[in-house]
Amino acid sequence: MTISRPIQSWLYISPLMLVLIPFFVLPILVVLVASVFETDGFGGLIPTFTLANYATVLTSGLTFNLYLETIKFTVLTWFFTLLLGFFIAYFLVFHVRNPLLAIGLFLICTVPFWTSNIIRMISWIPLLGKEGLINSALLRLGLIREPLEFLLYSSFAVVVAYVHQLTIFMIVPIFNSMARIDKRVIEAAVDAGASRFDIMRLIVVPLSKSGIALGSIFVISIVMGDFFVTKVMSGGGSASVVGAFYEDISVLQYPGAAASAIVLTVILLAVVSFILRTVDIRKEITQ
Amino acid sequence: MSATPHTAVMDPPRVSKKAIAPSRGGRPWTFYVLAALFTFYVIALYGPMICIYILSFQDVRGGLVFPMKGLSLHWFVDLFTQVRTGDVKGAFDRSIKLAIVVTAITVVVSFMAAMAFRRRFPGDNIVFALMIGSLVAPGLVLGIGVGLLFNAIGIDTSPFGSALGAQLSWTLPFGVLVMFAVMSRFNPAWEEAARDLGATTWQTIRLVIIPVLAPGLVAVALFGFTLSYDEFARTLQTAGPQNTLPLEIWSMTLNVTSPSLYALGTVTTIISFVIIAAALGTIVFMQRRRSARANEN
Repeated sequence: MTISRPIQSWLYISPLMLVLIPFFVLPILVVLVASVFETDGFGGLIPTFTLANYATVLTSGLTFNLYLETIKFTVLTWFFTLLLGFFIAYFLVFHVRNPLLAIGLFLICTVPFWTSNIIRMISWIPLLGKEGLINSALLRLGLIREPLEFLLYSSFAVVVAYVHQLTIFMIVPIFNSMARIDKRVIEAAVDAGASRFDIMRLIVVPLSKSGIALGSIFVISIVMGDFFVTKVMSGGGSASVVGAFYEDISVLQYPGAAASAIVLTVILLAVVSFILRTVDIRKEITQ
Repeated sequence: MSATPHTAVMDPPRVSKKAIAPSRGGRPWTFYVLAALFTFYVIALYGPMICIYILSFQDVRGGLVFPMKGLSLHWFVDLFTQVRTGDVKGAFDRSIKLAIVVTAITVVVSFMAAMAFRRRFPGDNIVFALMIGSLVAPGLVLGIGVGLLFNAIGIDTSPFGSALGAQLSWTLPFGVLVMFAVMSRFNPAWEEAARDLGATTWQTIRLVIIPVLAPGLVAVALFGFTLSYDEFARTLQTAGPQNTLPLEIWSMTLNVTSPSLYALGTVTTIISFVIIAAALGTIVFMQRRRSARANEN
């Protein structure tokens, strides 16, 4: 029995499509459709085409601030996770001489990824709180007179929780691409008289680009699509786009929420496709 | 290549050690800085979690912060007996069963998709784009979409219907990406050898490809299980009236201000660690057996 190759490939891929179409494509289309409908105010949708929901989203100062806040957290988290992830991967690949030790240390970094994110988030509460470990230690040392208020239920706490959860998404892909750098290239550079900074700038960073891109996609899309970290760790002080979406849904304001969700998704897709244009992820992982 | 004349002059181990820039001679100063950074990261990674595990073992006077008040299993008992903490037992049960189903589907479907992606085929870029889209789409938005869709068709949302699908839309792209990395180390020559010896396609898959990729498939299973077991955003609007464990934890973070919350954290982390250990143990066992067999021959 011979089947032509494209048909064979599509047979292999069909189960994946049977999940992606009903649980990704159609739901997004449903949200898209809901975003151009009117609401009857009681959770029902009136099927008349309108762009009023988008006009509201795009002109409201409140939504503008929401997006600004979300982008602020995204940029801060991306910056710190990239910094930490890059140097930790660099340390493991180039500084740890025993490869078994490097893999062991790498596994230590990855284990918490497989545990609950919510639990890891709330685990900062006994540390950062007003009577938490950090404040009581600083008080005892006499470094401060009153507990530091900004540690918990603040933007600071939100960023700490995000960096804690997401640095792993940078470490793994960057570690992967760094581990594949041919050591002879670096030897050649040393022989040609390159300084260690030059090697970092001209060899390690460019060759880690695919890892950095993949990690950035994960971190940016997770922070932009998240709401519970912002909600819990800011103590209600900060809001996020998806958080507001959730509030709207719970008061049955579907069309407005849907419009906001579509705007967010469009921004997210723009960022992701911009990153994907700079590096061919598929080629990088499959080769 | 051109390294041969060098090695002839100097003794080999020193050459290779000297030539890798950051480890030239003694440790450069960056080693100590980065080692300190790494240590700091690991402490910050595990420290807070260890704190809540310790705090969950307080007695009835216990609060949410240090110092420890007594030592007992009070909050674990409280967790499973109190009504106000919700149906924790049921949520555990559902979450684990759901995670097992998600794992099984994720392993099979990711494997098949990765087999297809080894070659180019018409429409492969579209499938890849859909997969990345499904991975990066905001989970809550997707969850609402699934909820609305089921509502429109007239099917009730339930853990093993809508929530299962919503979770797969997240675990499958992940699984396929991991399979890509696994497949990139697979040597097509083995497959060709099997064909040349007269194996059918199914025999090649069952007797050559799957055994070679087995450790990678275990890794995909680990991803599938834990991503499902801890999934929150996509499940929130799709699980229907019955909670999964992360939803239970979520409602507890908003309502419960006792160490029960920490006890739940400890219990769920123990389960995660058992799963991780089982998966890593299986991979190590497979590698050992494989190298033992290689030595025999």
